[in-house]
Amino acid sequence: MSGVMKRMGMIFRAKANKALDRAEDPRETLDYSYQKQLELLQKVRRGVADVATSRKRLELQLNQLQTQSSKLEDQGRKALALGREDLAREALSRRASLQQQVGDLQVQHETLQGEEEKLTLAAQRLQAKVDAFRTRKETIKATYTAAQAQTRIAESFSGISEEMSDVGLAIQRAEDKTAQLQARAGAIDELLASGALDDQSGLGSKDDIQAELDRLSGGTDVELELQRMKAELAGGSSAPQQAIEGGAPGAEQQQQQSPHRFDKQ
Amino acid sequence: MIVRIMGEGQVEIGDGHFPELNKLDDELLAELEGGDEAGFRRTLGALLDAVRRLGEPLPDDALEPSELILPAPDATLDEVRQMLGDDGLIPG
Repeated sequence: MSGVMKRMGMIFRAKANKALDRAEDPRETLDYSYQKQLELLQKVRRGVADVATSRKRLELQLNQLQTQSSKLEDQGRKALALGREDLAREALSRRASLQQQVGDLQVQHETLQGEEEKLTLAAQRLQAKVDAFRTRKETIKATYTAAQAQTRIAESFSGISEEMSDVGLAIQRAEDKTAQLQARAGAIDELLASGALDDQSGLGSKDDIQAELDRLSGGTDVELELQRMKAELAGGSSAPQQAIEGGAPGAEQQQQQSPHRFDKQ
Repeated sequence: MIVRIMGEGQVEIGDGHFPELNKLDDELLAELEGGDEAGFRRTLGALLDAVRRLGEPLPDDALEPSELILPAPDATLDEVRQMLGDDGLIPG
């Protein structure tokens, strides 16, 4: 994957994990180092074992030489007792040469023993160091893992904050829409008030007034019709005119006639 | 793998779908580098559609790091180029 997706992801993560060096995983480095130390410790231990083996072989040789040496000493003593001084001399000279070898081997043995002690001590020290390193390594690894988890969470949060801005945008959009609707409602009210738009609901106050006006004028028509019929029945030609003039102000004569007249005066 | 579309959220996509997405993604990168605005717009749209189609959306409160991130649908070629520039997505 080398496209835009990967690169954006990498850049995003690189920023989020700025605290950590992503070029190498320190945990792997620590494990590798620990492995190397274990190998070294193993080598030292093998060295100690080799030296110990050599030392034991020398001890065996020394024992053999010493057995031989005391055997030659015994032989020399016996030869002397039998009056064979020449034989005794031969035994003693061989023993002397053996003693020389024993001396050499003893020096070697001491050297090896010293070497072995030094190596054992080194192995012990190394063992302690490796143990301490292992503890430290585990601590560092745990810390690193925790730090990594933290930055991962931080990254998720930065993603969430991005989502939060989305929420902000959604709210903004909702607000815009509400404002738009409100503006539209206001405009419709104005248009209705101005009469440019018909109110389809039938609940507008204008219609109530109109209905009342219709009812009133309708009532007047009925009243007029009634007056006209009465006049026809009465047979008078000028009666309808009079009746209209008298009856027109309203069916409720007491209400309409007297107070109105008084008001006007 | 978890893919984020900036401004839209995250989706989880099975690994089996990646060859298809990679093709579009590589195309997008080529158009980005070549400065082909029309092609970039078309391929970005196709890539986002594919991600939405193949992916299972993650809940908004999921706390998962995104493995891959895609620009917002309305991101311009210049914006994406800036994001991929040395400054990265978060300047500084």
